[in-house]
Amino acid sequence: MIDKPRSMQSNPILRGVTSITMGPILLFAWYVQWHGDYGPGGGFQAGVIFAAAVIAYALIYGLDRAQRFIPPPAAEIGVMAGWLLYIGTGVLSMFRGANFLDYDVIAHDPLHGQHYGILAVELGVGITVAAVMIVLFYAFAGRRHR
Amino acid sequence: MINFALLAMLLLVAVALLRLRDLFTAAMLTGIYSLVSACFFMVQDAVDVAFTEAAVGAGITTVLFLATLSMVGRDEAPISRIHLPALACTLACGALLVYASQDMPAWGDPNAPVHQHVAPRYIEHSADEVGPPNIVTSVLASYRSYDTMGEVGVVFTAAIGVLLLLGNGTKRRRTARREPEDSA
Repeated sequence: MIDKPRSMQSNPILRGVTSITMGPILLFAWYVQWHGDYGPGGGFQAGVIFAAAVIAYALIYGLDRAQRFIPPPAAEIGVMAGWLLYIGTGVLSMFRGANFLDYDVIAHDPLHGQHYGILAVELGVGITVAAVMIVLFYAFAGRRHR
Repeated sequence: MINFALLAMLLLVAVALLRLRDLFTAAMLTGIYSLVSACFFMVQDAVDVAFTEAAVGAGITTVLFLATLSMVGRDEAPISRIHLPALACTLACGALLVYASQDMPAWGDPNAPVHQHVAPRYIEHSADEVGPPNIVTSVLASYRSYDTMGEVGVVFTAAIGVLLLLGNGTKRRRTARREPEDSA
């Protein structure tokens, strides 16, 4: 696997299947992220599905090309940015005069406020989870080359 | 019926895992175990849990196991004999868990305590108070958003811990790789 990226890269079936499925997997992660309040899913699920797509890409096309798609510094910033987006949503509702993470006051209509608040925190969860999974994979896969 | 088939498969994979000494096969079997668990969650209508189990348990964890194996080798050190105190401790804990499970309410019992406390309020008022038709989302992201914030904090902390232990795997790799090219 990570030991022999060359042999997996030269396998036409693996390359073909990966390049065909990559788009749908990323699209599915996107769908699970934004459709979580209507169907099953949400930030945690969307994050791991997105990360799984990136990791599959890295397995077939090599770590370097995956790191051109998601650079390691970007992933490390994502780990923090997602959680800060979550906390920031809570702080925003505090600035608007309600309790921490009380989304009612984010928009004029409390239901709309709840909707925006939930979308924001779910996006935060998704960014952090995806970034953490990718960072862990980079940390493990990059060690071999030392 | 399908529940029994899935449970039997889980048990079979677990026993096979116990007896294996080849770590590569064991890593593959843990992936299969996760996949069967994901099917189990699917049958029980917990689709989002099944997503997570399939992606994390069967996918990413298996890849991380394999990455670890490529560093440590695929054979487990031979175990010479059974450690009796450990076996006794494990059996005692298992027996306690089985004994405790007798007090659990039956699966799907509407009178179970978990369905009596705050769940009815969430089901009746979530549409007026929060809005999303998926009540799981409104519970996780709105009613219990503190919990979820803590969970994201746990994920964040875990990543920081791994980065501190392993390094981020990039900078040293680049230099280590360019050196032979420069000298050659």
